[in-house]
Amino acid sequence: MYELRMPSLGADMEAGTLIEWLVKSGDTVKRGDIVAAVDTDKAVIDMEIWQTGVIEELIVQPGERVPVGTVLALVRTEGEPQAEPTAPEAAPTPPPRAAPPPEAVPRPPPPLAAPAGPAGAALPGRGHVTPWARKLALELGVDLASVRGTGIDGAITHSDVERAAARPTPAAGGAAGFRRASPRARKLALELDVDLDAITGSGPEGAVLAADVEQAAAQQAAAGATPPAAEKAPPTAEERAASMRRAIAAAMARSKREIPHYYLATQIDMAPALDWLQAQNAQRPVPERLLYSVLLIKAVAKAVAKVPEMNGYWQDDRFQPGEGVHVGMAVSLRQGGLIAPAIMDVQDKGLDQLMTELRDLVARARAGRLRGAEMTRATITITNLGEQGVDAVYGIIYPPQVALVGFGRISPQRTISATLAGDHRASDGHRGAIYLNTIDRLLQEPASL
Amino acid sequence: MDKATISEAVVKAITTVAPDISPAEVEPDTDLRAELDLDSMDFLNIVVALHEALQVDIPEADYPQLTTLSAFTDYLAGKLG
Repeated sequence: MYELRMPSLGADMEAGTLIEWLVKSGDTVKRGDIVAAVDTDKAVIDMEIWQTGVIEELIVQPGERVPVGTVLALVRTEGEPQAEPTAPEAAPTPPPRAAPPPEAVPRPPPPLAAPAGPAGAALPGRGHVTPWARKLALELGVDLASVRGTGIDGAITHSDVERAAARPTPAAGGAAGFRRASPRARKLALELDVDLDAITGSGPEGAVLAADVEQAAAQQAAAGATPPAAEKAPPTAEERAASMRRAIAAAMARSKREIPHYYLATQIDMAPALDWLQAQNAQRPVPERLLYSVLLIKAVAKAVAKVPEMNGYWQDDRFQPGEGVHVGMAVSLRQGGLIAPAIMDVQDKGLDQLMTELRDLVARARAGRLRGAEMTRATITITNLGEQGVDAVYGIIYPPQVALVGFGRISPQRTISATLAGDHRASDGHRGAIYLNTIDRLLQEPASL
Repeated sequence: MDKATISEAVVKAITTVAPDISPAEVEPDTDLRAELDLDSMDFLNIVVALHEALQVDIPEADYPQLTTLSAFTDYLAGKLG
């Protein structure tokens, strides 16, 4: 049985939160498939599995934060017999196996005031209802439209259903756990983020009306009410920003502590490259235009052929060359923070493909949906601060990489400052200088890039 | 095409490319690069979005003129006639 564990998705990551499983028990997966979304403190990452097999059991639940190395799921690999079903754990949530189809459980009488969505459909405006919750709702006669979901993205979990079933209704004649409220009240409750169950209705037989919901929302806002006890309250924007800051702090402090940095700088004449680019873009349709960054990226990758000790990792007391040139791009996030995902195998890609991949990477970095490989596989990184108007950037290497190439702004003379931060354990200034000069020479022949 | 429609299209392109920017923040004279922190990647994406929305081609040479929403609107109004 293969144990899928919480991976380390960046320097100094200690724990991650499982956001969502993208597979379920019984699914076949192959090496490289994305199986889950994991929240590190820096971003939500699409986590891949590097084993082929069949998902046997999902162990960690969405919303749980676990240390790196924790077993998230079990995967049966080829040749293994199917495991005996294990006894349910003592934890309140049984393993989420696909819910067996509901047997002959009588449907509860249609709720009096609200339109009932069919039990099997996704509810409009809500996140998802877990299969277990759906089954329980049928068995306990709970109207899902009246249940407030406390799972990720408002998903209704089985505990929400149990809570709804257990709650006594003040309204006489209501079905167990069913809260009578007008359709407009229900809709408003969703929109205004108000707990229907907590409201006393002023309508006939205690039904909750829209006005009651509005009033409750106003009171909630005035009192600065905290959201109902969620199984895992999602972090606020401030909390995310703070934990990203901490993650960056840890990585950068470690880098400066452990890596003996040396710095080199050179001025590169960008006139040939910029002229070439201008001519190219004048002929290209808008969606195919190139940014000068792709020229820099390609030059950085190609120069590795001349000085391979710039590309790879310092681990176990020695330099380990990267298998390909996976160029990390430092992307600043609009809400604050920095992330440096990699474009893989740049040495083999043409400028058009690099441009497409760069745009996609930056978009996903800013939207917070990067993949595990992008976060961990960069073999060298570029930081391009030209647009912020600084002349040069003397950066900090991302461990365990051994080099960081920095680019500053394009000067009025159309030159650019290129810097190299090098790990003195892996390379010396002499080799670093050759590397920078190679980048310079490559940029003089943009058509060959 | 009237200026109001063009202006709306520009704001829409900006807020789609940078979803953290609200339409209200894009005032006619707000400097797009300096105040809204849009970089050349964002700018290119905006140009691409406008190309799709309005079928208009903006040559690279003209980018430096497009500093604010009103500059953009006037420029596009000229191109679209």
